[in-house]
Amino acid sequence: MSASSSLAALEQGLLADIAAAADLAGLDAVRVAALGKKGSISAEMAKLGQLPAEERKGFGQAVNQVKEKVAAALEARKAALESAALAERLASERADVTLPVRPGPEAEGRIHPVSQVLDECIEIFASMGFEVAEGPDIETDEMNFGKLNIPAEHPARQEHDTFYFGTRPDGSRLLLRTHTSPVQIRTMQSRKPPIRIIAPGRVYRCDSDQTHTPMFHQIEGLVIDETTHMGHLKWVLEEFCKAFFEVDEVKMRFRASHFPFTEPSMEVDIGAEAIGKPGRWLEILGCGMVHPNVLRNCGLDPDKYQGFAFGMGLDRLTMLKYGIPDLRAFFAADLRWLRHYGFSVLDVPTLGGGLSS
Amino acid sequence: MKFTLSWLKEHLKTKATVDEIATKLSSIGLEVEGIEDPGAKLGAFKVARIVEAKRHPNADKLQVVQVEVEKGKPLMEVVCGAPNARAGLVSVFAPLGTYIPGSGITLEKKPVRGVVSNGMMCSAAELELAADSEGIIELPPELADHVGERYVDATGLNDPVIEVKLTPNRPDCTGVRGIARDLAAAGLGTLKHEARIQGVEGASPCPVDVKLEFAKGEKPACPVFAARYLKGVKNGPSPEWLQNRLRAVGLRPINALVDVTNYISIEHGRPLHVYDADKLKGAIHARMGKKGETFLALDGKEYEVDETMCVIADDKGPLGLGGIMGGEASGSTEATTNVLIESAWFEPLVIAATGRKVGLVTDARYRFERGVDPESVMPGLDLATQMIHKLCGGTPSHAKVAGKAPAERRVIPFDPSRVAKLAGIDIGDTEIHRILEALGFEITGKGNTLSVTVPPWRPDIHGSADLVEEVVRIAGLDRVPATALPALHGVTRAVLTERQRRARRARRTLASRGLVEAVTWSFLPKADATLFGGGAAELDLANPISTEMSSMRPSLLPGLLRAVTRNANRGLADATLYELGQIYRGKKPEDQLLAVAGVRAGTARPMGAGRHWDGRAADVGLFDAKADVMAALTGLGFDAAKAQITRDAPGWYHPGRSGTLRLGPKVVLAQFGEVHPETLKALGVDSPVAAFELFLDAVPPERKKSRAKPALDAADLLPVRRDFAFVLDKKVAAGDVIKAALGADKVLISKITVFDLFEGGSLAAEGKKSLAIEVTLQPVKETLTDKEIEAVSQKIIAEVKKATGGEIRA
Repeated sequence: MSASSSLAALEQGLLADIAAAADLAGLDAVRVAALGKKGSISAEMAKLGQLPAEERKGFGQAVNQVKEKVAAALEARKAALESAALAERLASERADVTLPVRPGPEAEGRIHPVSQVLDECIEIFASMGFEVAEGPDIETDEMNFGKLNIPAEHPARQEHDTFYFGTRPDGSRLLLRTHTSPVQIRTMQSRKPPIRIIAPGRVYRCDSDQTHTPMFHQIEGLVIDETTHMGHLKWVLEEFCKAFFEVDEVKMRFRASHFPFTEPSMEVDIGAEAIGKPGRWLEILGCGMVHPNVLRNCGLDPDKYQGFAFGMGLDRLTMLKYGIPDLRAFFAADLRWLRHYGFSVLDVPTLGGGLSS
Repeated sequence: MKFTLSWLKEHLKTKATVDEIATKLSSIGLEVEGIEDPGAKLGAFKVARIVEAKRHPNADKLQVVQVEVEKGKPLMEVVCGAPNARAGLVSVFAPLGTYIPGSGITLEKKPVRGVVSNGMMCSAAELELAADSEGIIELPPELADHVGERYVDATGLNDPVIEVKLTPNRPDCTGVRGIARDLAAAGLGTLKHEARIQGVEGASPCPVDVKLEFAKGEKPACPVFAARYLKGVKNGPSPEWLQNRLRAVGLRPINALVDVTNYISIEHGRPLHVYDADKLKGAIHARMGKKGETFLALDGKEYEVDETMCVIADDKGPLGLGGIMGGEASGSTEATTNVLIESAWFEPLVIAATGRKVGLVTDARYRFERGVDPESVMPGLDLATQMIHKLCGGTPSHAKVAGKAPAERRVIPFDPSRVAKLAGIDIGDTEIHRILEALGFEITGKGNTLSVTVPPWRPDIHGSADLVEEVVRIAGLDRVPATALPALHGVTRAVLTERQRRARRARRTLASRGLVEAVTWSFLPKADATLFGGGAAELDLANPISTEMSSMRPSLLPGLLRAVTRNANRGLADATLYELGQIYRGKKPEDQLLAVAGVRAGTARPMGAGRHWDGRAADVGLFDAKADVMAALTGLGFDAAKAQITRDAPGWYHPGRSGTLRLGPKVVLAQFGEVHPETLKALGVDSPVAAFELFLDAVPPERKKSRAKPALDAADLLPVRRDFAFVLDKKVAAGDVIKAALGADKVLISKITVFDLFEGGSLAAEGKKSLAIEVTLQPVKETLTDKEIEAVSQKIIAEVKKATGGEIRA
């Protein structure tokens, strides 16, 4: 057998072994048997030294060719075996993709509807230049009534409407504010016009039945300068209603009314088309031009300054816009209700992006 | 205030429909609460005459009657059970298909004991005209000419009743005349001329003396009391038209004398009273009541009076409460022959206070507490005299008048340009004049300096703003043009205060951690308040709506924990709730703090509650609450690592598993931990709860000099991490270990995490634990050499040992 034919036999044998290797360990055994120190190809290489010089080159090249072919075959086979092993492992890792996952905290958390609607209102009024003012829940008689031109004998001051605290040594009694209007007074007393504020907050009345709760939320508005008149009031309320109910047109009806702290006074109804229930009027707020006595009580000259105030129920606005039937449920902390009517943390109301998603 | 359309039309000439009138009333401030049109409900019922009545062949108590239901048409056969059904009776017939309001059924054609009834003869109860009735309605025989007409038309019942909800400033509209005046001014017709009430001369002096007895120097509760005596009246039921009118507006006819006073009260807003003069002892005294005095009122109840109430008395004692309700003993009956008519004026504030105190709402109070026209005392007395004289005869005396009405008329300087300035509507001086005059104001002067005299029936008009209101409401609020409020800035500015921004951020941060926002009451049961450090007497309501809502809350937690209980009772045991709201440490404005609190109950951990194939969530614990509160602080823009953590949370927390976050020794930022089992028990909570409460006002404001963020300091050099395990006394705080380790090299050490805590095994027996930390060293200029790393490591070990006594674990 010639040297070249034995080399060819060696190559074929090795390539057959490589092809037959069933796994990486078997393949490695083939590699060691061929290319290891005592491997068959290494043995052929060792023969080089014993060959005559003129044969060496040709034989050496031939052995190298075999070595390269075998090495390439080893690599190819190794890649194929690895790929097969990976495929097998992956196949064994098959999971049931229909198993449910937890929704995660951001899906479970909720913003209370009243907080959400307050954020909506703030967006709208901010765009008309209103700041947000606040005041305490526990007020004096003078702030809640007297300064607002509500006389001492007014029925609203009676115990059956107002929550009082115990009598103080000087005979006076503190109370829980019955409306957010004391914030008007605090604002006018603490800064000079021009004033544009809204004042949201909790208010309290001794009332508890189907449609009344002893605590609820109001949002108050106040504009004082030297020129603001009822036309501006109408515009602000119309713009607010369109923006709040997210409709192009809201039918509004202004009716004359009476409040001690405004003159002239009005009540405002909106056409229920705005909430998709045509054919009815819904009372949503009371408003008017700030009474000269109230301005005077805050140290403002009613011949110089004028402006308007309005007050509406935040809970009621929420119920109307989002179709929530029962006011009492707002304060019951029933998780079923909160999850159903509450808002996702990602529903941040903005004017540009839309108040509600 | 209720009135009928026909009554209104006696004062207002108008072609307007009921709906037009109602719309106008509401727009000018007389809010229509309801319109009841009996014609609508009873429109199907007809006047019919029974021509023949025979006994039912198969029933003893029934009759078969032949009824004429339309002139010239065949008779209808009707089965009728009423004993009074008889030939010739004119009554009310309901054809088949009619809905009978009193019984709630719709008539169908069906045989009654074998005889088919083609309709029904009706009783007053079936038409809801009476509570109960015996037999069918008996109409006057002359209505036989009206057979076939609608019952409501033939009997004048088709008169819509309008009810107006009056605001407290409008006494003038407690009378039909006043409402007509407003409508006429608003252009809905013309106010009919009213014949001047003729003064009544009388034949002789009034035999009953009237005395006003009020303390000198005080405003008398009854400054004027006019009376007239009528001798020899014949009382009895008032005529049908008068009874119908009163009934239509919801008043029960009593007798002619009383009905006259009620009629004038509704028509003119002028309450009156009549006494049976023979039952009076001596003179009439208008005075304040005395403690211990009582009287039996016309409603049959006994009332106690006191010195804040104005009574009308005779020599024996109180007869009634002036301006509110008369007495039973001195009231008129059908037997009354000599009568004393009272027309007085009472101080509105006294009437309102008395009415509230005794809890009486009467037609007289409704008017006097608003302020009856003081100039109506004499006309009212004269009108009543005339009507009584006409209906009941009798000889009137001279009027006896004690005191004087507060008669001075207010004059207001008025610049008509105020209308445009305040209302933003330019309607011209002519219309302003027309409106004011139509409402009864008298105007003198010219141009911008008018003097406007207020009519005596409008005590609510005090200044020019009131006059502007009168003009605008009558001219029509819809004429005020909406005018854009001038923009303050080109682009909307941020308007929230720091505190308001925080509230917003805290809400969204906590909701993003799976907590659900609740809004609970600001007041609690006193026991709950006490349990959370509150319950001070000064924060108790004097008049709580119930004991469940009696004390201002010192903390948000009791409300949330009660909610946990309620939810658990509905099967939702793993509640996650938070609230952001006010808590009260005292009554001063600065004692009201803004807090945010959260609770997690049962297994409501951040990743989700309850069982799951991926592993059951463990019970909530201290660190869930801590994670929430730290996240909230971070959400507020505060570096939570700056806060110190102490172990002194309040008593409603688990003493070993709770903490307080502080900023210095005085400022408490927040408290957190597991809720004390006894507290849970007291509030009915069955599952473990992790809770926190964060005080938003205590968090220092974010101080940002510029919107630009500092330059990024991202070193290119690879950080080096080294682990250290320390054996420590069990009581040593991990926070102290971290702090000490951090102190070893403030430049190189960029991060320390605790990656292992072992408290079991032999260590436990020795009162020790093992705590392992990973320290990240961030090389700044060049890669650290082994020597440098070793130096820092030794420093860390030394610092921890110095601070805590901990030994590095071999």
